[in-house]
Amino acid sequence: MSTAPLQQKNRRIAILFAVVALGMLGLGYAAVPLYQMFCSVTGFGGTTQRATQGDADLASRFARSAGGTDISVRFDANVERGMPWDFAPVQVKDTVTIGQRDMAIFTARNNSDRPITGTATFNVEPEQTGAYFNKVQCFCFTEQTLQPGQQVRMPVLYYIDPAILDDENAKDVEQITLSYTFHEAEDPTS
Amino acid sequence: MVTTADTFQAHTEEHHHEADHKPGFFARWFMSTNHKDIGTLYLIFAIFAGVVGGAISGIMRFELKEPGIQYLGWWVEFMGGEAGFDQTLHLWNVLITAHGLIMVFFMVMPAMIGGFANWFVPLMIGAPDMAFPRMNNVSFWLTFAGFISLMLSAFVPGGTGNGAGIGWTAYAPLSTSGSPGPSVDFAIFSLHLAGAGSIMGAINFITTIFNMRAPGMTLHKMPLFVWSVLVTAFLLLLALPVLAAAITMLLTDRNFGTTFFDPMGGGDPLLYQHLFWFFGHPEVYIMILPGFGMISQIIATFSRKPVFGYLGMAYAMVAIGLVGFVVWAHHMYTVGLSVNVKMYFTAATMVIAVPTGIKIFSWIATMWGGSLTFKSPMVWALGFIFLFTVGGVTGVVLANGGIDDNLHDTYYVVAHFHYVLSLGAVTALFAGFYYWFPKMSGRMHNEFLAHLHFWVFFIGVNLIFFPMHFLGMNGMPRRYPDYTPAFELWNSVATHGYEIMGASMVIFFINIGYSLVAGKKAPANYWGEGATTLEWTLSSPPPYHQFETLPVIDDGADSHRHGGGAAPAHA
Repeated sequence: MSTAPLQQKNRRIAILFAVVALGMLGLGYAAVPLYQMFCSVTGFGGTTQRATQGDADLASRFARSAGGTDISVRFDANVERGMPWDFAPVQVKDTVTIGQRDMAIFTARNNSDRPITGTATFNVEPEQTGAYFNKVQCFCFTEQTLQPGQQVRMPVLYYIDPAILDDENAKDVEQITLSYTFHEAEDPTS
Repeated sequence: MVTTADTFQAHTEEHHHEADHKPGFFARWFMSTNHKDIGTLYLIFAIFAGVVGGAISGIMRFELKEPGIQYLGWWVEFMGGEAGFDQTLHLWNVLITAHGLIMVFFMVMPAMIGGFANWFVPLMIGAPDMAFPRMNNVSFWLTFAGFISLMLSAFVPGGTGNGAGIGWTAYAPLSTSGSPGPSVDFAIFSLHLAGAGSIMGAINFITTIFNMRAPGMTLHKMPLFVWSVLVTAFLLLLALPVLAAAITMLLTDRNFGTTFFDPMGGGDPLLYQHLFWFFGHPEVYIMILPGFGMISQIIATFSRKPVFGYLGMAYAMVAIGLVGFVVWAHHMYTVGLSVNVKMYFTAATMVIAVPTGIKIFSWIATMWGGSLTFKSPMVWALGFIFLFTVGGVTGVVLANGGIDDNLHDTYYVVAHFHYVLSLGAVTALFAGFYYWFPKMSGRMHNEFLAHLHFWVFFIGVNLIFFPMHFLGMNGMPRRYPDYTPAFELWNSVATHGYEIMGASMVIFFINIGYSLVAGKKAPANYWGEGATTLEWTLSSPPPYHQFETLPVIDDGADSHRHGGGAAPAHA
């Protein structure tokens, strides 16, 4: 038993646990970047992956050698409530060979009389396919600005990683839905 | 140890001539540093908040008696708003929010932790007071200020109408972009204040229990109520800062343009739910664990036996606390978790049934072969065991991710958490109240009224909440003021149950009033030889400053047979 006076011992314990409480507060904030990292690494919640041209070439070579299974991909497009844009996929459904690159086109039109910058959020359903859904190019990587009345075509270049066929929970998925929602950017960076 | 005791002696030496001297009214109650006075303040506050929260549930229950909107519009105008259709429905959201927040943060927590733990932890471990008496005072007034802030939120704009209509969970985006106006800020601020008060309280309890036990009172000899408060304090310390972080992020998302929970800026509203429930699940154990502790004391007292399996009981609470931190996503089964994640959270949640079962069976084993007397606290404690077990069983049902997909956000969930909290925690509070009220006030309550209170309350709350299982199974969703006429029968039964429960509260207040005015003087140990913890060695009420000479806990002594429950049981 230490011989320090009680008050001092009390203070020591109080400070120790006050630090623990502050540490938990810090962990609460640390959860923000950790959660983001966790989602993008594991594809949790249907977070899609980004791939380079090289990755895509490699995947398509694998796919050719594996013989090619088809999968259907649906496209879903939404805008935030109150945002004066029309936004829709040109083709709602497509069938692609796993591993093969494919391009989907969306059209967006600004119906207002002011330029509007939008940024798109995205995910896929079923969510366990998020880790295998790779985008090589996407309009969602950057902010998009549309002038009043302007209509543009927005491409997405993607492929589905053949590794999906090795995943117990994802290999029997026959259809993946890729969904986008455009939000009006509050302070456009471009 | 000798040094510790000397310090107390030196401290109390100053008051030597006036050991029972009390300060004047204002200084005593508004600047109090005495753990018993602060405990009393907390209890009065909790009873007041309970009346407010209970009245709100009464408004809701009467609105739900029949399909359609009957009374809400009148209440909107009464509160000074304009009773449009949307404002009327908004008031419903305000009511469920206020009911939840008041009952959790301003009734159960202040009563359990601020009230009973403040009063009896120092007494039970043989300490003269809490480790930080002034911080104790700050905790109380922060909680009080939090309550005021929540009340204010009801009278300022909160989006669709006056008041914060965000649910006690305050999910984004409803609580961010969905609720403009200062009301939600007031509600969030209220949680900040109450949370800060509770964290300080937790540090105070941990320090008191670690450093200020009387000589010989080892951790494994502490009464189980003290163990329960120790575990609760740790849960508070680890969980509340995470809530503070989450609601601070809500606040900056609302007011300062951050986008923690806003997809527009790369945030994710789901993250808020993860953070909230990382706090929220331990929170439900924070509300029930001190109740477990009280029930253990009471069952042992009225069985005239040490509690069965003391160490198992203590470490079951530790286990519940630990596992409670890794099951949070079972509140979020329907947000789109993968099968594997659901499988983990289902299994982890069910694991909690094991330590909880240890506690239930140990209480029963304590009574087995005991010399039982059915005084009012014992009757309430038995009611607790029954009601908590019903809530626990529906909890095991809801723990299944697959079943929850169907029952999520229905009245089945409402029935479940009211059985463990409203009926479980509140019944434990009444058990503790009747157990210790004469000790705190110095006057005996009326046993007949206490028994009557129990039976009327028991019938009333079961009539309110048992039919909700049926409503939930039939698909009635929670959080709506209206429903299809098909649900009318059981809703009207529940409303009648509320009337009966309300009548029982009248009996309760009559009993308090009667006891304070005309109750018999309570002796030091009015429960007899079964009551063996240290508070029973003191007069009723205890002296203003107790244990000027520290009690020495001796292994063979009867005075803590509960604590030393590792000794062989008598049966």
